[in-house]
Amino acid sequence: MEHIAIIGNGISGVTLARHIRKLSNKKITIISAESDYFFSRTALMYVYMGHMKFEHTQPYENWFWKKNNIELKKGFVNEIDTDNNTLHFAEGDQMSYDKLVIATGSKPNKFGWPGEDLKGVQGLYSKQDLEHLEIYAPNNKVCKRAVIVGGGLIGIELAEMLNSRNIPVTFLVRESSFWNSVLPEGESQMINRHIKNHHIDLRLSTNLKEIISDDNGKVKSIIIEETGEEIPCDFVGLTAGVTPNISFLKESNIETNKGVLVNRFLETNINDVYAIGDCAEQRQAIGNRRPIEAVWYTGRMMGETLAQTICGNKLEYKPGHWFNSAKFLDIEYQTYGWVNGKKGKPDYEAHFHWKHDDDTKCITIAYHRDTNKFLGINTFGIRLRHEVFDKWLTEKRDLDFVINHLEQANFDPEFYKRFENEIKEKYNNTLQTN
Amino acid sequence: MSLKLNYSMSLANSYGLTKTQKIASAVGILGLFILVLALFNVQFPNKATTLTIALSLMFVGTIWFSNSLYLNKSKGIKNDGVWFKSLSSRGLVGWLIGVVLTLFYIVLYFYPQYLGLAQKGEENTGLVALFDPLSQLLSGRDASQWFVYGTLYTVAILVFGYKFILKYRHNRYEQIRTISVMFFQLAFAFLIPEFMYVMNSDLPYYDLKNIWPLNYYNFESYRVKAFISAGNIGLAMLIFGIVSIFVITPILTYKYGKRWYCSWVCGCGGLAETAGDSFRQLSDKSQFAWKVERWVIHSVLVFVVLMTTAVIHSYLGNDTSKYWLTRSSFLIFVASFLTLIFVGTFIFKRKELAKDAKYGAIGYFVIIMSLFALHYFSKDNTLFLFKSESLRKSYGFLIGSIFSGVIGTGFYPIFGNRVWCRFGCPMAAILGFQQRLFSKFRITTNGGQCISCGNCSTYCEMGIDVRAYAQKGENIVRSSCVGCGICSAVCPRGVLKLENDSMKGRINPNEILLGNDVDLMDLVNQK
Repeated sequence: MEHIAIIGNGISGVTLARHIRKLSNKKITIISAESDYFFSRTALMYVYMGHMKFEHTQPYENWFWKKNNIELKKGFVNEIDTDNNTLHFAEGDQMSYDKLVIATGSKPNKFGWPGEDLKGVQGLYSKQDLEHLEIYAPNNKVCKRAVIVGGGLIGIELAEMLNSRNIPVTFLVRESSFWNSVLPEGESQMINRHIKNHHIDLRLSTNLKEIISDDNGKVKSIIIEETGEEIPCDFVGLTAGVTPNISFLKESNIETNKGVLVNRFLETNINDVYAIGDCAEQRQAIGNRRPIEAVWYTGRMMGETLAQTICGNKLEYKPGHWFNSAKFLDIEYQTYGWVNGKKGKPDYEAHFHWKHDDDTKCITIAYHRDTNKFLGINTFGIRLRHEVFDKWLTEKRDLDFVINHLEQANFDPEFYKRFENEIKEKYNNTLQTN
Repeated sequence: MSLKLNYSMSLANSYGLTKTQKIASAVGILGLFILVLALFNVQFPNKATTLTIALSLMFVGTIWFSNSLYLNKSKGIKNDGVWFKSLSSRGLVGWLIGVVLTLFYIVLYFYPQYLGLAQKGEENTGLVALFDPLSQLLSGRDASQWFVYGTLYTVAILVFGYKFILKYRHNRYEQIRTISVMFFQLAFAFLIPEFMYVMNSDLPYYDLKNIWPLNYYNFESYRVKAFISAGNIGLAMLIFGIVSIFVITPILTYKYGKRWYCSWVCGCGGLAETAGDSFRQLSDKSQFAWKVERWVIHSVLVFVVLMTTAVIHSYLGNDTSKYWLTRSSFLIFVASFLTLIFVGTFIFKRKELAKDAKYGAIGYFVIIMSLFALHYFSKDNTLFLFKSESLRKSYGFLIGSIFSGVIGTGFYPIFGNRVWCRFGCPMAAILGFQQRLFSKFRITTNGGQCISCGNCSTYCEMGIDVRAYAQKGENIVRSSCVGCGICSAVCPRGVLKLENDSMKGRINPNEILLGNDVDLMDLVNQK
């Protein structure tokens, strides 16, 4: 029986395993050094905040794996011998495979800041990161102040987490406004205000210079690049993005760049070795997508796709319309299609923006300047239907159509106040009079 | 439901409590303490004033506490620290409250004299006596232990309903739903029955929203006699009781799902959603618990159907000339009705029922055989060896008291706030059966947006593994769902929406979620 070894038990690897099991009776082994069972990484924050216990983050009960004949192996692969199809574990044992899938995810970025490896300095990605966080920032007595470096999705989640335990947070953001490399200006600024409303000390256009150690090799303070200000703190969160977690592949024959290089079939340069999820890097980017997509949904989709290939129906990874979501403290965010911030915005992309007076809800619709074709939508504080926008993007609808049919896409709970009329009114006043 | 527990929970755990919150808790507990003093027969000079002060302190304490807890924070989900607090994570405080609540229920159901209920010819003492003035005011008679219980129950739903409304002040579905349960408790369960007594003291106590089989004693001999002897109004109420379960319930459940009752109207649900809100995360989500749930709740349903049939059968006569409804015609009617439902379900829903068919058939078979037995072997009101009266008594004891009260509410802090609704309530079983098969209600999932975080499953009070569906992009159509809407509220990515829509495509399992290759989705999902 063919043996499929999957390194990594995150969403990509587990989705792959489940789908292979649906399609075949191949032998499947999922290898992880991080945790005994699959858990939802995106939910780690809720464990720290006390919304859930760790076991609640596990989407399948522990009997699931045996019942579905998926073997779980706890161990750290430190060498892959692709000539002999063999994995060598740090624990000393070996395992042979017929097909190998690398799904090892990401690790937090470090940019060579002085002091970045001190105790109390860490990212937030793995289960171990959460355990370390409990050591260095369990409450506001042990951790009198925390500094977060990097204004992205994980940064704001970490800020929310620390805030939930009443730990004062200073939030250093390199950009002039929160996440404005991705978000259009109006949205980004609304989130700035929302962050400050939660008593988080948000510092925009601010870089980290260095992290200072105390006598025990633990963080004592940080210095800000621009002003030279020293901020005393007991914890530093490094959340300036993630990078593929593939250092264990250095000695292998598998070709890598930032991530494991794969073609559209998710194949590496070595026969029968594949890579999926955060750690995979497309040799050529697909559409407007980045070559490395460290997103839950894309990891899952790669798993769904590769299962077909491994089970004999060779299939290209061909994701549909882009979508994503996040939550900024109390404000939910969803996006469908492409809406660019200032940085990556093509010339033809124009925006229609509406914001509610309460400063917690807004939408931005991107459209083609010349043809009015609908390109994408960002929504904050209003839930929208994925299915409807996916359809409208496929049907290549225009801006008018989207504005006039917005109520079909509403996904807010029943009895919620609706804003379609307000949005239409603003649309009619601003765009059509021009 | 005793208030003491819920107040002490606030006090006993100091996780993040501010000074204001501590003072507010103390105010509430003081009110409760007065009741405890009354319980130990401390004589108060003016009972009416004392009771007013005690209840007011409880109201003021909780309202003040809730205001301080929520009003100075931004609107949003307020679950920080739930699993760190002793109260809400089966800690010492949780267990203590569970024990005290359980004892309270045991005393309430089986030893009401300890609460001060008068023995024959005497006057009320203790706690019950303290409530005499309020009872006199409402209906002109002295209080009973049930009046005390009803008052405290209503107070609990009102004050914790207020707290719940503040907690979810960003969510209008939750607010409106909570106002609804507060209204139905105050008006239908508490005030209207008292006023009806004033208008016509022959009428039995009837909480009109308490529908058979939840109200398992509704068609017992003494009640039916009382209804009929009370004239037109009594007859109207009897007919309303029958229409409620056979006409109103199916129509509303078809349109809105079982939530119209379980989380908008019902008193048990009302208490669970308000006073029990702190315990919703304690429900067991395992598949094993689901199996147990289905066996237990449907067994209770079979039990109550048989019990009620036997009881009605016992007081009907055999002579058609005296009354049109005789024993045998009643049994034939029941059997035909059940057969109609059974056959209809299997003809129209056999595809959806493949796995459950066996169990449905067993339940049906048991009932029908028992009806036969009832017909052929009943002499002197006996069914097999049991008298229908003892069947009724054991149902009242096992299900009505032990299950719904002692376990159902007493164990809130251990098994979660919907133990009774999930495992025991026969009304929920009937509504759930219809919700699963003949209803427009579902929880829609939003394409591929689920990140499997598990907030929805954790906070489902009915122990439904909501995530298992959401991460497959599959709508949630489960008989146990009471439509409380919390899964949708706590979802950080806007994945879940409760709605009523057409029956077609309501159940939509997907192998591949929206967002992937269109061809792949077609290939796998259309199989």
